[in-house]
Amino acid sequence: MKAFTPFTGIVAPLDRANVDTDQIIPKQFLKSIQRTGFGPNLFDGWRYLDAGEPGQDCSGRAENPDFILNQEPYRQAQILLARDNFGCGSSREHAPWALLDFGIRVVIAPGFADIFQSNSLKNGLLPVVLEAAIVDELFRRVAATPGYSLAVDLESGRLRDPGGETWSFVIDPFARECLLQGLDEIGLTLQHADAIRAYEERRRREAPWLFPR
Amino acid sequence: MRPMPKTLYDKLWDAHVVREDANGAALIYIDRHLVHEVTSPQAFEGLRLAGRPPWRLDTNLAVPDHNIPTTNLEAGIQDPVSRLQVETLNSNCAEYGITEFGMDDIRQGIVHVMGPEQGATLPGMTVVCGDSHTSTHGAFGALAFGIGTSEVEHVLATQCLLLKKARNMRIQVEGELAPGVTAKDIILAIIGRIGIGGGTGQVLEYAGNAIRSLSMEGRMTLCNMSIEAGARAGLVAVDDTTLDYVRGRPFAPAGDHQRLAEQAWANLHSDAGACFDREVELDAAGIAPQVTWGTNPEMVAPVDGCIPYPADAPDENRRENWQRALAYMDLKAGTPITDIRPDKVFIGSCTNSRIEDLRAAAVVVRGHKVAASIRLALVVPGSGLVKQQAEAEGLDRIFQEAGFEWRSPGCSMCLAMNADRLEPGERCASTSNRNFEGRQGHGGRTHLVSPAMAAAAAVAGHFVDVREDNS
Ligand code: SF4
Repeated sequence: MKAFTPFTGIVAPLDRANVDTDQIIPKQFLKSIQRTGFGPNLFDGWRYLDAGEPGQDCSGRAENPDFILNQEPYRQAQILLARDNFGCGSSREHAPWALLDFGIRVVIAPGFADIFQSNSLKNGLLPVVLEAAIVDELFRRVAATPGYSLAVDLESGRLRDPGGETWSFVIDPFARECLLQGLDEIGLTLQHADAIRAYEERRRREAPWLFPR
Repeated sequence: MRPMPKTLYDKLWDAHVVREDANGAALIYIDRHLVHEVTSPQAFEGLRLAGRPPWRLDTNLAVPDHNIPTTNLEAGIQDPVSRLQVETLNSNCAEYGITEFGMDDIRQGIVHVMGPEQGATLPGMTVVCGDSHTSTHGAFGALAFGIGTSEVEHVLATQCLLLKKARNMRIQVEGELAPGVTAKDIILAIIGRIGIGGGTGQVLEYAGNAIRSLSMEGRMTLCNMSIEAGARAGLVAVDDTTLDYVRGRPFAPAGDHQRLAEQAWANLHSDAGACFDREVELDAAGIAPQVTWGTNPEMVAPVDGCIPYPADAPDENRRENWQRALAYMDLKAGTPITDIRPDKVFIGSCTNSRIEDLRAAAVVVRGHKVAASIRLALVVPGSGLVKQQAEAEGLDRIFQEAGFEWRSPGCSMCLAMNADRLEPGERCASTSNRNFEGRQGHGGRTHLVSPAMAAAAAVAGHFVDVREDNS
């Protein structure tokens, strides 16, 4: 994972609650065995007028002009603003992969589905939870100022708006460390290999049916 | 001093903590890892790139399900992209020595049907799979939840996951269900009540005598859809129904191990006085057969009800969501649910494709014909063994004589990764778990129902109250 560095990016408003992972990246694209290349099919059903197929060149497809990511300047958005329960539904990690591949690095919402949140953190996509009232206010500001941007600083846990106003957000401390340093979680867990072996020894005595071989 | 009463979730969690950090993050040991073709290729690739071996092979069990065609299996998978994904699973399992039930194995099926059927899911285990409906396995008093691909790799490499403990929520369902009302209706009613985000950050324990009266199949249906309420896991306490189901299955303990295991499993229930962060109660007798009318599972109504008016939505956000959903579904507020006419009927998916589900549907179908207005009615058993059992009972003939197609096992039209799908605008009565936009095919419209309700809709050409049939 790449380390998460501070940046300032355009905020795209996606004014919907319960955006599910079937919308973020529809199933036909899950047939890929890669981690990359999902960006052109992010929100495929909302973004294009036709039904997309995997492997297809998207440059010639008819776009839905009403969809926010098809409008300027939001094609360059790095921050997505949405309503509650973003990322509900399936466990597909292809959802954060698609957002990242498109260029989104932060999603702001009043709440996220559990699996989506954990998948995002493991890939360097930052899910920022803000109170519904603040999210409301951000929607208003984005509507008032197209191209509205926010500065994101994970180290201090702050978003800053061009006027200088800031909002704090909280990220699980371990996930934050991993994001800031771009750490490999598996490597970190393997530092506890002895503890895992000790657990297995104890468990083998207590619950031998779990260790048939 | 008496020990603090614990919830079932507390007990499962405590038994699997390898180590804990000061900030509450714990390394949790995983007893069973189920693997399928869609969410595993990138995990195996990661393992390979890092040069890491799997930590413990015998906890892994793999099966392809999402991409498997349900007709003409002998011809293999026609779609080259789907085929490559299944072949990648085969070669990864072969390379690492992981047990896999391949396409030509009678045990092949939807991963959440196969695991319990094989006894690979046991009470007291931690069970994970790169699939959100892993919550299904909580029916056994196992802590079971879906994970992403990075976590699949993490489990393969370390046999552990780094987790924060969730909160406890208990849903108590007391009383007796009306004839024709099933576990599917209970869980849809629950989601209608608490909402699709209602279980976020929580583990749901289903309790009460209506839950204890359910078969294991019913409990699996219930736990399966916990994720549709936002909860990563659902749980039902272990009782004799659980033990009876598990005994004698291929992966279940036998002999001395069985005796020891059953002693330990007797403790797999919440203690009296255990504290839940939230409690919800439902009266079983008040639950009617449920039909979803919108684009997420909380948009649900009793079959004897009507499609609600967005003006009556509890808040502004929901009003907009309801309006958008009605437009997508091409439905009008105020329409009686029984006026809705599906074009297709799908009986299958990890929610409702077990033998009991097929029996319940067959009872309704027997001696009737699928209505002329129905373009396609499909029955897709959850596994090769379910299919075999159904055929031994003659269910396949009942379905086929009525005009249903009898298919081979897989996820099929639950998410339409294979050839089974809705065309734009088509409406489906489906026993699956998600009615999201386009879930069953681009532009397709899904109504979630129980197997009996789907069967009755196939016969009548519109939704009907199966309780009337039963009276
Ligand atoms: S049947 Fe549907 S919900 Fe279940 S595992 Fe397959 S695709 Fe997922």
